[in-house]
Amino acid sequence: MTQTLLQVKDLKTHFFLEDGVVPAVDGVSFHLNRGETLAVVGESGSGKSITATSIMRLIPNPPGRIVGGEILFNGEDLLKKTEKEMRAIRGNRISMIFQEPMTSLNPVFRVGHQIAESLMVHQGLNKQEALEKSIEMLRLTGIPSPEKRAHDFPHQMSGGMRQRVMIAMALCCRPELLIADEPTTALDVTIQAQILDLMLELKEQLGTAIIMITHDLAVVAEVADRAVVMYCGKLVEEAPVLELFDNPLHPYTRGLLKSIPHINDNQERLYMIEGMVPALTNLPPGCSFAPRCPEARPRCHVERPSLKEVSPGRRVSCWLHEGGVR
Amino acid sequence: MLKYIVKRLLLLIPVLFGISLFVFLVLHLFTADPAAMMLGQHATAEQVAALREELGFNKPLYVQFGIFLSQIVQGDFGRSLMTRAPVTDELLTRFPATVELAVAAMLIATVVGVTIGVISAVKQYSIFDYLSMVGALLGVSMPIFWLGLMLIILFSVTLGWLPVSGRIAVGMEPTAITHFYLLDSLLTGNWEAFKSALSHLILPAVALASYSMAIIARMTRSTMLEVIRQDYIRTARSKGLAESVVVFKHALRNALIPVTTVIGLQMGSLLGGAVLTETVFSWPGIGSFIVNAILAGDFPVVQGGVIMVATIFVVVNLIVDILYAYLDPRIKYS
Amino acid sequence: MSQAQVSVQVNEPVEQVYSPAADFWRRLRKNKLAMVSLVFLLALTMVAVFAPYVAPYDPYLSDMPKALQGPSSEHLLGNDELGRDILSRIIYGARISLRVGLIAVGIALSAGMVLGSTAGYYGGRLDNIIMRLMDIMLAFPSILLAIALMAVLGRGVENAIIAIGIVSIPEYARIVRGSVLSVKENEYVQAACAIGNNDWQIIFRHILPNVMAPVIVRATLGISTAILETSALGFLGLGVVPPYAEWGTMLGSGRGYMFNAPHLVFFPGIAITLTVMAFNLLGDGLRDALDPRLRR
Repeated sequence: MTQTLLQVKDLKTHFFLEDGVVPAVDGVSFHLNRGETLAVVGESGSGKSITATSIMRLIPNPPGRIVGGEILFNGEDLLKKTEKEMRAIRGNRISMIFQEPMTSLNPVFRVGHQIAESLMVHQGLNKQEALEKSIEMLRLTGIPSPEKRAHDFPHQMSGGMRQRVMIAMALCCRPELLIADEPTTALDVTIQAQILDLMLELKEQLGTAIIMITHDLAVVAEVADRAVVMYCGKLVEEAPVLELFDNPLHPYTRGLLKSIPHINDNQERLYMIEGMVPALTNLPPGCSFAPRCPEARPRCHVERPSLKEVSPGRRVSCWLHEGGVR
Repeated sequence: MLKYIVKRLLLLIPVLFGISLFVFLVLHLFTADPAAMMLGQHATAEQVAALREELGFNKPLYVQFGIFLSQIVQGDFGRSLMTRAPVTDELLTRFPATVELAVAAMLIATVVGVTIGVISAVKQYSIFDYLSMVGALLGVSMPIFWLGLMLIILFSVTLGWLPVSGRIAVGMEPTAITHFYLLDSLLTGNWEAFKSALSHLILPAVALASYSMAIIARMTRSTMLEVIRQDYIRTARSKGLAESVVVFKHALRNALIPVTTVIGLQMGSLLGGAVLTETVFSWPGIGSFIVNAILAGDFPVVQGGVIMVATIFVVVNLIVDILYAYLDPRIKYS
Repeated sequence: MSQAQVSVQVNEPVEQVYSPAADFWRRLRKNKLAMVSLVFLLALTMVAVFAPYVAPYDPYLSDMPKALQGPSSEHLLGNDELGRDILSRIIYGARISLRVGLIAVGIALSAGMVLGSTAGYYGGRLDNIIMRLMDIMLAFPSILLAIALMAVLGRGVENAIIAIGIVSIPEYARIVRGSVLSVKENEYVQAACAIGNNDWQIIFRHILPNVMAPVIVRATLGISTAILETSALGFLGLGVVPPYAEWGTMLGSGRGYMFNAPHLVFFPGIAITLTVMAFNLLGDGLRDALDPRLRR
């Protein structure tokens, strides 16, 4: 068995809208090892969620379509799979949890049944076995008296509880890969920490690799081994988490790190990256970040940089680092 | 749940009282001299006076209402002026025919309407979607009696496939058990009667269903389009469920909640439409009976008939509300 | 509502700012079906108004030798059972249908606005009484109620208007009440209260103008219902008194001849369907143009 679980190569997902083509994900490449946690960081609109949805092959079509690239999962290209083959993978070998626990569960079915559904489809369990197994999963996620709660409807649960249900649902078939799309953003801070701890704990127990999509660098620091930073549908930087925090290379990453409030600082105002994310339909010819970049040079405005390896495990897409790390 | 049903049943009482009072007042306040109106222009003063006496019209209004109320509580709506038979009996004889027609129409409207709506939503902007929505627009714009006439011209006169009018071929009536011909003929194994009853039922049921079917199809489509965009549908897909399970289990089950309300509301227009459909197809139900009673000035029948139809409508709405509470677990039965 | 579709950020180009009325008109004009319907209805209105000049024949003139004759070059839509020109009768019929539709909705609208705004504005017991009364009226299928009213009022155009107007009151009362309840708490209404406007000034000057949008949409769709109901009354023989040409009445009297002269029932039905459809499409268009968020 190889070390690499997932390899995304030059993924392009475009949206074909009335006002033009939106290259929401435009040539993204990264990999993920078994049991590893990779953070995908970026602002909303950076394409990080669409990258995740592309891996699941759940891009709404129309208007969206994966127009190029490869997604190798255990060496097999998911983009070449039939819809039927994909269904056998979704929820079974790759599962996903979403940002909104309040709306991600079907309001008219009991939560136990919603977990059991997955088990019946993928593991061929009958209704009774599946329900028992889903109660087991609920117990694993730390829901008290799971035998009772399995019969609850989603509206009878709190947001944190529902996210635990989502985690139970995602992990019930012991997937090799869990994609978590901002799993804690909608939750209270105290609950956030509990849910993250739970995910890490289950990851250890089940050996699941995680792609953690987030805009929250605190989450990245807490859970991830490595991180990739996205901006305007492209990867701008990739690094092990510690190195990323210690020595961010891309001006955008630096901006992001600077905008984290520090308890010791006496800054009057929080640092803010100037300007706005440009419209994806109308990207500047050079580096997408150039218009907002405090260190932009003339070249940045006319020529687009590409992702280059600057040291083992570190890649950055910036003209400033053409000649290696400064 | 039981408590909720009992509570709703108790709430029916004031509504039914209000309905009776309303019908009573409309009929008594808007007509200067109901007795004279009933008998027509050629009646003598003595005849009018006699009828007034018979129907108690010379007593004060509130006394009349009191008597009226105490009678209808006992199921007594007086006697028909046309047939001299008790109005209640006349209505009850015709009741199964109307229910059979209305239920058939409701089934057609719901099953076809929901199916069309779901397919249109799933295949949004397809040819099917486009044609269905044109059809739905026609459905809400055509007068159903005209559609009835057109169906007769096409299927009965031109093609000769189906009978023009009536409920069953003369002399074919099955042994009465439930008084619903379709059911009775099945229960008694009377195959010929079943075929006859069914062939008589198709056109009026389709005509009556058309409007509601169009409304239900539109509503289902728009609700499904909204539901399909919800997060929990994405969750269902991410679980690896087949698209048919996603659409028909996860999406439709949610879409049915608002659609049920619309279906319930359609019962009203369906009962109203039954009046017209029954007239077009000479269907021997309550609707055509009321129309004939109005044309003949049969005051007690109009009064009883209108109250009866309103009662059916209110009860149907109650059933829909209970069903609604069952479909949507977020609603508390209190 | 949360969108499962992954958000795609497209910075919209800055749109030119229009006044609400111009904005409304711009959106309505984009809706081709609604515009076609509007043109159709305007044309129909003109035809109805100028019926004596437009109609090729006298709609009441009987020409027995031509009775039940099918469409010909002289009589485009044929002749009825008394040999009258069907096209001319349909043209005159437009007068009745449009008149009944518009006035009945006008009556229902005015009564519904007064009742609904009173109920919504004052609340409490008055609200309860009015709305329970409306509930009771809603317990009757509206066409049945209209039939019953015609039975006591007697036949005729005016009575049809009254009957159809009365049965549609509850709908408008409900809509207006709902909108008044939501607008009532707004600050500008509170402000109007504070500077000492009396209740009816507040209702008419500050509340009603702000609840008009849903009411206008409902009224446009309501005209189509009113026209359908008028024709139903006519068909049942409870509408206008013959020899007046009314689409439903034409259908009702033509029905006896439909086996050998189907054009007697075909063309009046087409007239009803097209007119009702136009009001429906216009109503849908108005709804979408007034509030794009309501678009489905």
